[in-house]
Amino acid sequence: MAILQYASEAIKNLFRPPVTTEYPFRPFEYPEGTRGHVEITIDDCIGCGMCVRACPSSALSVDRLGGTWTINRFDCIACGYCVLKCPKKCLRMETGYQTPGPEKQAVLYTKSPEQLEKEKKQREEAAAKAAEAKRLMEEKKAAEAAKEAKEAE
Amino acid sequence: MDREKTERLETNRSIEGKRSVIPFGPQHPVLPEPIHIDLVIEDETVLEAIPSVGFIHRGLESLAAKRDFNQLIYVAERTCGICSFQHGMGYAEAVEHVFGIEIPIRARFLRTIWAELGRMHSHLLWLGLLADGFGYENLFYQCWRIREKVLDLQEATTGGRLIFSVNCIGGVIKDIPEELLKKILASIAEVEEELKVLQKTFMEDYTVRSRLSGVGILTRQQVHELGCAGPVARASGVSCDMRITGYGAYPELDFEPVTASEGDAYARCDCRLREVFQSIDLLRQAIGRMPAEKDLSTPVKGNPEGEYFMRVEQPRGEAVYYVKGTGKPMLERFRIRTPTFANLPGLCEMLKNTKLSDVGLLVLTIDPCVSCTER
Repeated sequence: MAILQYASEAIKNLFRPPVTTEYPFRPFEYPEGTRGHVEITIDDCIGCGMCVRACPSSALSVDRLGGTWTINRFDCIACGYCVLKCPKKCLRMETGYQTPGPEKQAVLYTKSPEQLEKEKKQREEAAAKAAEAKRLMEEKKAAEAAKEAKEAE
Repeated sequence: MDREKTERLETNRSIEGKRSVIPFGPQHPVLPEPIHIDLVIEDETVLEAIPSVGFIHRGLESLAAKRDFNQLIYVAERTCGICSFQHGMGYAEAVEHVFGIEIPIRARFLRTIWAELGRMHSHLLWLGLLADGFGYENLFYQCWRIREKVLDLQEATTGGRLIFSVNCIGGVIKDIPEELLKKILASIAEVEEELKVLQKTFMEDYTVRSRLSGVGILTRQQVHELGCAGPVARASGVSCDMRITGYGAYPELDFEPVTASEGDAYARCDCRLREVFQSIDLLRQAIGRMPAEKDLSTPVKGNPEGEYFMRVEQPRGEAVYYVKGTGKPMLERFRIRTPTFANLPGLCEMLKNTKLSDVGLLVLTIDPCVSCTER
């Protein structure tokens, strides 16, 4: 009886399409939301370093002033914890796995020159504002001190 | 340990007669991972088996002291590639007990669904490896073909085929939408149909029966004495299943531990096969009874302070997680006792008085996961 069962399976298999796909010729379609690799919209990054502190495998580094974000894709374990921690939501997981390579090279993302220029300006403006506020504060303090001295006299 | 092993080997070698010692592993066709067993044989019969582990030790416990308790979830679930979700879940539940928090009910159901999907794919993988172990290539491919459907479900629901990364301390970070739940139900119905055909082959085929039946018998008494866990214990009639201790959503589901009484390789195969059907049943129950809440995780504040032992039923048996925190972000101690480690003494006992040709198959029947064991 068992042989009959296998024979019917074997005959059915002659007419079924193969279970496997012709992989290199027909690329694999990932389901939505596959954790393949981390991508960044670098211009939105504020360089806070939350992702660097969150990463369990220390694959990330960030330079706030230089406007760069570096990932060593061979160290990355694609856990998605940095994506969860990013306050600006500029990190995201995308489909497609890391391809193999001969050396463990880190990938460097740099902000666009316009964005860097904009941020530099913002920083300078902020610094100028801070300096102005400091100057005002000192003036106020000096005036108060003068007033106190006058009252003491 | 090494000196004791050398002495035992020397004693065996010095006995007059046909006794000799041959090594099994660490590289062997039936072994996906390295474990070494010294077999003391006389003619074709194994008299004693002396195991040694430690080829892929990765120092998880030392690493646990260098990562904070949130990051450690991702480290814990990478202990093993097959039961990864349950490692993450066991660790998360242990830390949640230390914090003394209740996780949302939907998160408990989601964890249970992923845990049962994990059990299904792990058992299907094992059934395939077993078929490969006794040379039934066709059956091996059929098991893995069915397993692929479960892997696709896992990838669609979590984003990872084997490593899910969906746990967080206090719940889960991802929900399964309604349409995917329906897809799970449809897919597991297909798996059930196809597995019923394979069950016939596994349980009724002459080739399989003659290879597995009556080989590597562990009695109920031996299982108790050696402290075996999981399907190895249940196949000998010991009804120990950690799911009845009531973690996750298991208190809300109806099930009985799957047991058999023979205690041989055939009973272990039977137990695991029936457990796949049990998982399918549990998945249906869990999806049917899952409450429609939006809350997926309870926020945690501060650092863990205190200790807890968490017991989880993994596909291979009971795993124990010990967590001790001292109010700092890094845990002071994190330890895992894995089911394969518990089953190794049982394996050495069942290898006694078997034929050398059955050794590979018997090593497979405890479903060895050496990566788990060595952490």
